[in-house]
Amino acid sequence: MAKYLLLKHYRGAPAAVNDVPMDQWKPDEVEAHFQFMHDFAERLERSGEFIDGQALSPDGMWVRSDGGGRPPVTDGPFAETKDLIAGWMVIDVDSQERAIELAGELSAAPGAGGEPIHEWLEVRPFLTAPPTDSQ
Amino acid sequence: VNVDEVELRQLVPRVLSVLVGRGADFATAEDAVQEALIRALSAWEAERPADPTGWLITVAWRAFLDLIRSESARHDREVRFDTEPPAGAVPSADDTLRLYFLCAHPELTPSSAVALTLRAVGGLTTRQIAQAYLVPEATMAQRISRAKRVIGREGVDRPGDLRTVMRVLYLVFNEGYSGDVDLAAEAIRLTRQLAALADDPEVHGLLALMLLHHARRRSRTRPDGSLVPLAVQDRSQWDTDLIAEGIVITHAALARDQLGEYQAQAAIAALHADAPCVEETDWLQIVEWYDELLRFADTPIVRLNRAVAVGEADGAPAGLAALAEVDEQVPRRDAVAAYLHEKNGDLELAVRLYAEAARRAPSLAERDHQMRQAVRLNQGRPGA
Repeated sequence: MAKYLLLKHYRGAPAAVNDVPMDQWKPDEVEAHFQFMHDFAERLERSGEFIDGQALSPDGMWVRSDGGGRPPVTDGPFAETKDLIAGWMVIDVDSQERAIELAGELSAAPGAGGEPIHEWLEVRPFLTAPPTDSQ
Repeated sequence: VNVDEVELRQLVPRVLSVLVGRGADFATAEDAVQEALIRALSAWEAERPADPTGWLITVAWRAFLDLIRSESARHDREVRFDTEPPAGAVPSADDTLRLYFLCAHPELTPSSAVALTLRAVGGLTTRQIAQAYLVPEATMAQRISRAKRVIGREGVDRPGDLRTVMRVLYLVFNEGYSGDVDLAAEAIRLTRQLAALADDPEVHGLLALMLLHHARRRSRTRPDGSLVPLAVQDRSQWDTDLIAEGIVITHAALARDQLGEYQAQAAIAALHADAPCVEETDWLQIVEWYDELLRFADTPIVRLNRAVAVGEADGAPAGLAALAEVDEQVPRRDAVAAYLHEKNGDLELAVRLYAEAARRAPSLAERDHQMRQAVRLNQGRPGA
């Protein structure tokens, strides 16, 4: 088994095919989307492939140490140009093919007009622990 | 045989007090009681002892001796305790109250005070507390031992008071339900116990507030986790026994004429619980109670909630005027603004504000809820 991080972005990913802000969708399209997301996580839990998933607030900031004794500096809230992660899901799957398959399904969540969103998701393999037989 | 866990946990403060009364230090005694509790959970499956308290005290005392022996072996110190326990005084209600105060020591961070209270007074295991707060068990164990080190350093002579204890219990209550421990129910149990130990109308106010909120919990979310606002909740699902009890406790506390913030909040919750439907809610009285509450707790959150009540009592323009005085940064302000503007007929602005409220929502359930409001309104808007 290998763990993968699926990352969804508010910003910074290439534009989705069906790129309409959710507040412009119809109520039943929004419901279908919520249902899909709910069912997706539940299905992975049942198949034993779900590890964790969390959504992130779009509010946040960049912080850097400014040296000993001084308070850290912040770059303020994420500017419009900066990459902004919306949430993650960690899955534990048998192969990279399976990770890609699942990310593909998630990317096709229904959106405006009932059509799949086709959004870009980032798929990142975890670095693993060294094998037990290595010296 | 299933161990009645709540019954078992009720014995914990008493057992801990006995050990401390025999001269054991708080931190080690607390570990020993936890050890005895975990053993009881498995041993009592087979056979419940005739004298559960005596059983726990004996096992906890032995565990305490083992702990200080291994400790003294590490530090090459002499063991000061005989195997035969000293008689010690029988713990009184004051000893349990003292435990509450100790666990709500003002030097503890809120998360530490919460964890320590749940373990030393509530008798939950570290694992259960960790699960309830969705953190690893090792992290929670560290948090608890750090809390005990702070108490050891700051001294057990300057514990917290009722005010700090009530804040801790209210934090536990608001955490709600996750994992296999119902923290809201546990907070109610501990507050009930506290109300029996400390006859203060504010403690009764806090208990009433919890009961009145707890009574509505079934109607607050749908099975899929989505939120149901108060106005459209199915009131037939409200727990009428809890409401009746909450209202009686509220009235009895208020009659003592020593108003405080928890009693004022309980009075507001009682007015909501008493209304057969949202239209029959006594909003004028609710606004009056918010004005009372402001005297004790003038916070942006209280002012935000007051603006909602003013909007219901005196109309949306009055509500918006009240909202204008609320700090821009307070969470959920956009949601209230959206609601009041919708009520005022400014639908375009309301849609924008609902979408903004969704963007800034502090939880997924709230985000989804505000997004539903935005699309509902956008749909019905002429020209949309």
